[in-house]
Amino acid sequence: MSIVPAPLLRFYHRMASPPHFYSFTDKLLPWFVVIFVLLVVAGLYGGLYLAPTDYQQGDSYRIIYIHVPAAWMSLFIYVVMAISGAIGLIWRMKIADVVAISSAPIGASFTLIALVTGSLWGKPMWGTWWVWDARLTSELILLFLYLGVISLYGAIEDKRTASRAVSILALVGVVNIPIIHYSVEWWNTLHQGPTVAKMGKPSMHIDMLIPLLLMATAFKFYYAIAMMLAAKVELLSREQNSQWVKKIVEEKS
Amino acid sequence: MNSFAEFLGMGGYGMYVWPAYGIAFVVLLLNVVLPLIQRKKLLRDLALKQKRKQQ
Repeated sequence: MSIVPAPLLRFYHRMASPPHFYSFTDKLLPWFVVIFVLLVVAGLYGGLYLAPTDYQQGDSYRIIYIHVPAAWMSLFIYVVMAISGAIGLIWRMKIADVVAISSAPIGASFTLIALVTGSLWGKPMWGTWWVWDARLTSELILLFLYLGVISLYGAIEDKRTASRAVSILALVGVVNIPIIHYSVEWWNTLHQGPTVAKMGKPSMHIDMLIPLLLMATAFKFYYAIAMMLAAKVELLSREQNSQWVKKIVEEKS
Repeated sequence: MNSFAEFLGMGGYGMYVWPAYGIAFVVLLLNVVLPLIQRKKLLRDLALKQKRKQQ
């Protein structure tokens, strides 16, 4: 008897098989696209139109609907990348390696978006595009970690070796994640403290909060979509000499 | 918000709000379009390779 329930174990084994993963993403993708579009339309309508103007920050605060979910995603994707990298490292699971490396450009993109939109918010509110404070600097380091993962993977010819190297780098970089999260509490910084993710009630009007949560969920689905699309290319490329890829190629041509 | 012009103006912050949304849109679009192009190209290359082997 295993401590893991049988259906979960079956799911794990099926997902570990590249052709199954490939066809599973094909089934999942259209649904995820529909859910993402609905969420993003509702989130943008609520955030840009329905939500009231902030009494202190005017309409500049509406950048929050991109900035905050993007910043959350930059951390979330890094953790996913490190965990799947570890799974690939320990159990030699191909799909986990593919998920890890396919996540890196998306995580880098969200980090870049968080930095740029933060800058566009900082200029009118703080009077400066950039300060070297703890939150901004640690988020910039996160961008460099992502770029390091991407270039390290590209620099090593053998993709299995590359995945091992990348997983170790990603795991070492995890130390930066709590630093980013707690930076606004540990150091005196210009960046405001947490508004939503804190103990007790979020200090935000419900009409402002709902669109924010909608956008955050939309970005989660976006990540799943973009990651699956990138993972499919990576899988096809890595497994190009296997029978299942040859079959897909034959069917397409 | 009464008019569309007012909406675009964002209470004087339009020049900060819209670029933020624009940059996010472009970057996120690239992350979807690029893998689709890469997959198309890869499948074409692999098909060519298979044909050459059969000859």
